[in-house]
Amino acid sequence: MKPSIRAIAEDVRSGTRSAVDTLDESLVQIERSDPTVRAFVRHHAPAHSIAESIDRRVANGEDPGPLAGVPVALKDNLALENEALSCCSKILYGYVSPFSATAVERLVAAGAVPVGHTNMDEFGMGSSCENSAFFATRNPWDRDRVPGGSSGGSAAAVAASCVPVALGSDTGGSIRQPAALCGVVGLKPTYGRVSRYGLVAFASSLDQIGPITRNVEDAAVVLGVLAGEDPRDATSSSEPVGDYLSGIDQGIEGLRIGVIKQFEDAEQMAGLAPSVRSNWAATTAMLTEAGAQVVEVDLPSVHAAIATYYVLANSEASANLARFDGIRYGHRAQTRTLNDLYEQSRSEGMGPEVKRRILLGTFALSSGYYDAYYGKACAVAGQLTAELSAAFEHCDVVMTPTSPTSAFRIGERTADPLAMYLSDVFTTVASLSGLPALAVPSGLDDEGLPMSVQVVGQRFDEGRVLRCGHAIESQLGTLVLPKISAAALEIDP
Amino acid sequence: MNLEPVIGLEVHVQLATESKIFCGCPNAFGGEPNSRICAVCLGYPGTLPVLNRAAVDQAVRLSLSLDATINQRSVFARKNYFYPDLPKGYQISQFDLPLAEWGTLPLSDGSALSITRLHLEEDAGKLLHEMPGGGELPGESLVDFNRCGVPLLEIVTEPDLRSAGSAQDALQRLHQVLRFTGTSDGNMEEGSFRCDANVSLRPVGREAYGEKVEVKNLNSFRNVARSILHEIERQTLVLESGQLVVQETRSFDASNGTTASLRSKEEAHDYRYFPEPDLPPLLIDDARLQSLAGALPERPWARADRLRSEFGLTGDDAHLLTQSVELAEYFEEATKCLPENPLGIANWIKTEVLRELKRPDAPPAANWLAPAKLAGLVGMIDNGSLSGSGAKEVFAEIWESHEDPHRATERLGLAQVNDEGQLEAWLQQALKANRGPTEQLLAGEHRVVAFLVGQVMKLSQGSADPRWIRERLLEWSRANGAP
Ligand SMILES: [Zn+2]
Repeated sequence: MKPSIRAIAEDVRSGTRSAVDTLDESLVQIERSDPTVRAFVRHHAPAHSIAESIDRRVANGEDPGPLAGVPVALKDNLALENEALSCCSKILYGYVSPFSATAVERLVAAGAVPVGHTNMDEFGMGSSCENSAFFATRNPWDRDRVPGGSSGGSAAAVAASCVPVALGSDTGGSIRQPAALCGVVGLKPTYGRVSRYGLVAFASSLDQIGPITRNVEDAAVVLGVLAGEDPRDATSSSEPVGDYLSGIDQGIEGLRIGVIKQFEDAEQMAGLAPSVRSNWAATTAMLTEAGAQVVEVDLPSVHAAIATYYVLANSEASANLARFDGIRYGHRAQTRTLNDLYEQSRSEGMGPEVKRRILLGTFALSSGYYDAYYGKACAVAGQLTAELSAAFEHCDVVMTPTSPTSAFRIGERTADPLAMYLSDVFTTVASLSGLPALAVPSGLDDEGLPMSVQVVGQRFDEGRVLRCGHAIESQLGTLVLPKISAAALEIDP
Repeated sequence: MNLEPVIGLEVHVQLATESKIFCGCPNAFGGEPNSRICAVCLGYPGTLPVLNRAAVDQAVRLSLSLDATINQRSVFARKNYFYPDLPKGYQISQFDLPLAEWGTLPLSDGSALSITRLHLEEDAGKLLHEMPGGGELPGESLVDFNRCGVPLLEIVTEPDLRSAGSAQDALQRLHQVLRFTGTSDGNMEEGSFRCDANVSLRPVGREAYGEKVEVKNLNSFRNVARSILHEIERQTLVLESGQLVVQETRSFDASNGTTASLRSKEEAHDYRYFPEPDLPPLLIDDARLQSLAGALPERPWARADRLRSEFGLTGDDAHLLTQSVELAEYFEEATKCLPENPLGIANWIKTEVLRELKRPDAPPAANWLAPAKLAGLVGMIDNGSLSGSGAKEVFAEIWESHEDPHRATERLGLAQVNDEGQLEAWLQQALKANRGPTEQLLAGEHRVVAFLVGQVMKLSQGSADPRWIRERLLEWSRANGAP
């Protein structure tokens, strides 16, 4: 059993173990696992001196904060001052961020030590980490399989025990799906709960930063540090930040858990991998046994969630990615005219999935098509949000499986973007409504691959979501993470 | 075919604020290129806009000054297009729900121009095609992002103007409003006040509009009128030769007074506006609206009315003194120093001050003679210590030097002598020296009075009050037997 974040920080704060030793352990594990897992795209040279300064502060009797000495990995779309930032795209080649993301600043202010940036699908566009301009990350549980995406590097780094926590970002499931495929915990907070300042935007109205951790309590600890209003992000919320740890182990006695009628439908269920289907049934049965009340809720618009999500996210992305034009930073093609400069810089710098989505989004916003696509998608998102609000009159949280399958094989879905998009069937619902959602491991399938369930709560009700996740974890136990050697990946017996 | 021009205006006003609209960089003009920039206004990855409240307040003030209806909930939108001076690849503007709608601009002829909408947006940077300071840049351009993110209010009028002259008048009136309300410095050379004109023609009596041409690059009131006149002429020729006017955007060339096609309708951008997800809707609650409306600076026409009622100025004088906010301020400041004679001050501003201001090298308002000094000068005439003609001489002397009027009067020896013994001595001396005219005076020939007054003035070196001398000469002649 790996130590919790609280235990790691407690050891550093009390001087029992130095931040430098804690960091070194993390770096040794990265050295051991990363040649095969390839979770990291960049290591941060200043990590060592940051750890040293934490140790100095401890020696001086100061308290470096609740994350003292905790090594943390950052998705490559989160800015860290004076470090490269690429979103795993060629177009940002050579770009160094002059500032840190608010979320990163908060972690560092709480004593965390950023060790490196992790791999991702280019600009967050993908569900497998195969759309990275660098390389594909491999799932620590099976190196022939994907870690999920887009925060695949962050999930793999935690699953490979390189770091106790990695930050990801979630637009339509990009924290939850890789967490599910890697057997770790992933939390997408309520939209507005965590500042987006310094997160390179994919779809601004959906993007949210959140932690990927080994257990639910760790996610609660990190959320407590990340959450809160930020004057630099006008969409961050002034809603008071709760104490996510207090009562986290209260259990789920009497909790009303909504399951979505449309997903329980036999035909829908047929789309799930058999082991995911039986795991889901077993999990809900277990929750009922533990004293929760499972109720069916009706979300008539849920069938349109994926389509709606892709129209909205791609529309916003088409504008958000316009700034990567070769004029001020990043990759710049050598050309003679301005139009060529734009065309060639972007053609050379962006991968096929990014281009596909920019084209789709540009089309959806075009004059003559706006109402049919973007306008309609906004209306459906509003409808879905209303349906969820109504559902929450009958339940306290809504639960679904996190991913319809366990980790798929590398290359299995790259030729079929639509099949890839269907990975997001359960996660996009919470994204479109801005609701908090937590992915919690729920067991291993026949092939020994992790499966996961998702707990969705009402706006700013992260406390209850975490409590529910903690109960699931207590009932099922956290997964024993795979032990990884440099030579080969093997499951810890 | 009897054609009628149909003209509407689109004006971009840079709002007077300390900082830019979405970041903390200073809002100023000039300086080293790229010296007022930051990660936010350069659209660096991960940055987000945060709305500057002061820009909103200024925009609301200006909108209220034009009697527009403020939308207490307005929405920002992204206007998407690629250009090197636009770092994010989109401009944050407003589209479906602008800040304000349906305002009115009173025109000089007593009519009013309807304003369709007023919306907030950010300015773009500037492309430089030569080195700052003048060196050549073969095959390259540089971008200066200093202007990027300067707050703008775009004002769109209805196409209700029917002549180049009325379009120019409308712009001048609009300019006057923003200057009086302090919402913009309105500096046209620095681009604080930029205008595009939409011009079309239609047969008189027809309701439907013709194909419209948008004329850009109008950097002075005069050029707005020139470009519209040119467009009317050009479009008339096109229509009269049986062809159709093409809907397009044209650019005005001030050097030859013509317009040239910039892009056709087919080349027009599809801006793909959609709501800006980084900014929540702009809400202006009742309290804020009321406090802004309650403290609204006086508009030019209201100020003219007040000058009439408060100081007894004629309508024409009040209009003249509210031509510019600087002049109105100048008048009121001077009046504060000499409350007993506002009309005297008004006369001096109308004649002497305005004459100076009409010179091509007229100083900016900050360098005008202090209003207190003008009031001092008028006060000296009023108490008889300076003659009217002496005062004009003093004014000419101190307008540029800013010397104290009392000191200048002394220095020039123009102080009027009120010592009657001295005046009488000069008078007697003049009478003795000019026997012929003196006899004529005694014989009742009043036409010599002016000559004798002149002689006394000469002896006094201009320090005598000619009115007093004249009275006294007539009194003396009557006492000595003149009829
Ligand atoms: Zn700035």
